Amino acid sequence: MSKTAIVVGLDGSEAGQRALAFAKSRAEMIGDCSITLCYVIEWSPFSFQTPEENEQRHKRREEELKLAHERVIDPAVAQAKADGFEVTGVVKHGDAADILEDIAKAQSASQIVVGRVGVRGLKERLFGGVTGRLVASASVPVTIIP
Amino acid sequence: MYRLYAVLLTLIASVLPGLAAAQEAVGIDQRINQIFADYTGWYVSFIFAPLPGTTFSWIALWLVVGAVVFTVYFGAIQFKGFVHSIRLVKGDYSDPNDAGEVSHFQALATALSGTVGLGNIAGVAVAVSIGGPGATFWMVVAGLFGMATKFTECTLGVKYRNEYPDGSVSGGPMYYIVKGFAERGLPLGGFMAVVFSIFTILGALGGGNMFQANQAHAQIAGVVGDYPGWITGVILAGVTFAVIAGGLKSIARVTEKVVPFMGVFYVLVSVLILLINFDQIGWAFGQIFMGAFTGLGVVGGFTGALIQGFRRAAFSNEAGIGSAAIAHSAVRTKEPVTEGYVALLEPFIDTVVICTMTALVIVISGVMNVDPETGLYIWNAEAGRIATDGDVSGVALTSAAYAKAFSWFPVLLMVAVVLFAFSTMISWSYYGLKAWTYLFGEGQTKELVFKIIFCLFIVIGAAASLGPVIDFSDAMLFSMAIVNIIALYFLMPIVKRELNSYVTRLRAGEFVRHK
Repeated sequence: MSKTAIVVGLDGSEAGQRALAFAKSRAEMIGDCSITLCYVIEWSPFSFQTPEENEQRHKRREEELKLAHERVIDPAVAQAKADGFEVTGVVKHGDAADILEDIAKAQSASQIVVGRVGVRGLKERLFGGVTGRLVASASVPVTIIP
Repeated sequence: MYRLYAVLLTLIASVLPGLAAAQEAVGIDQRINQIFADYTGWYVSFIFAPLPGTTFSWIALWLVVGAVVFTVYFGAIQFKGFVHSIRLVKGDYSDPNDAGEVSHFQALATALSGTVGLGNIAGVAVAVSIGGPGATFWMVVAGLFGMATKFTECTLGVKYRNEYPDGSVSGGPMYYIVKGFAERGLPLGGFMAVVFSIFTILGALGGGNMFQANQAHAQIAGVVGDYPGWITGVILAGVTFAVIAGGLKSIARVTEKVVPFMGVFYVLVSVLILLINFDQIGWAFGQIFMGAFTGLGVVGGFTGALIQGFRRAAFSNEAGIGSAAIAHSAVRTKEPVTEGYVALLEPFIDTVVICTMTALVIVISGVMNVDPETGLYIWNAEAGRIATDGDVSGVALTSAAYAKAFSWFPVLLMVAVVLFAFSTMISWSYYGLKAWTYLFGEGQTKELVFKIIFCLFIVIGAAASLGPVIDFSDAMLFSMAIVNIIALYFLMPIVKRELNSYVTRLRAGEFVRHK
């Protein structure tokens, strides 16, 4: 029996914190369990940019990664480690639903835990938000924390 | 930030009264034109000089010959590598760990927004009305060859770009000329790079700026009625300044999203018109093929069609000018050749697809008058082109052709022309800036100086009819191609080496397809 893995999506919001708390309580119950905290910076390779933005892109990307680590992932990882959990943190660019699913697959995770952010705009009403798409495409159970 | 705006406003305020006066009195316009014509006329005449005994400018032949040489040298890479190009743009070979970096698609889209524009709308109309439908055939042929030129220059652009410690990049002909020539042990690389940069700055201020502002104003005035050009100029300059110097990314982002949308919409409307008239498509292609070899009553005949088509393609997709190499060099890739593959799609989209659409709609719409008895086009000798409904050419002819199917089209076309002009200006401000920093070094103040100069020229371009000034700047644009293509001839063995190595490793399965 291999180790159980849980993937948690964090976005720096309250809902993300609740998702992490839920994952921790599960991990405690399971015992031999690792948690992967994941922060996704929304980004599409098919967006349109000015030449100047392209030139600065690499620098911006580094800054975005650094900020996400500093503000969200690193504190959460440190806290969870202090609480005695086996935990890693990743920050990636892309579509949140795709990335969470990819990480879950790569780690053979038993489930994905995300917080519910609520439906915000017309676009999300029409096409579904990140959570909606994640539920529709995930290959493992998804727990959504309200 | 506010200081920047204050500087710009003061500058505009100091120039405006002069411009307004210039419009009223016309005297200043004429004097500037006269001075320019006196001092630069010889150079403009030289660049656009026809080959002896023809009306075919040697510079267009220079571009086409280059394109043919590169096509042969790289074994028709634009056809053999076409599918691979599309896979690269789709991101099939992109490393997921590079997510967040500039993708192939983004580099291509940025470069395209600099080339798709007035040439596709106005230029095609001019070519077809002077050269007949057959001009379309030769335009497509030249566009297909031009793909190999883009492949060559953009591969070099990525290979020899400068990467700075902070992660930003600078690339383009000035960099590959210097580094490539040094690598091959050739002399004069530094000199050619400086000359290229000077041409680029002057070309950016004219063809990439004044001409665009001028045409945008003409188009708006044509729809809403005449009003002073400096008003358009100041608005355009203000918005451009906000984007390029003020870092007002939101405007840039809106434009960069709307422009591709306009391009796609333009093609869709064209396809729709063709579908409505699908029974005439066969006939239109017949006209294009017959016209390509007979002229169909066009005075220039076969050569007239050929000349116009080649010229249009060369002037529209910028293959060989070197500008695309600057735009493409920001991409994230370990293999420079991949960006060459991606770049070769540019002339295809710009010339083979968009220009052909415009030409087909113009031919099918029947805005060009045909003699019902002979089936040949009626020649308007006075204007030197085919007689058209309402006796128009350029953007107006395209507008009239599309209006036959959709009466609302001229308004849409106005919006499209203004947006295309704007995005072309944004792109060229960047090309100009790269040449500027190459010559004078990087630094906020130095860059700001160029940006202010650039915005002032927008106002001048929109306000004044400075024919000779714009001619001179056009000549600069094509002078870029003289330096650039000479350099490409010397550097193409390096590209070949890169290509061979890449293809060998691709066949060996070294590059993983992630999708």
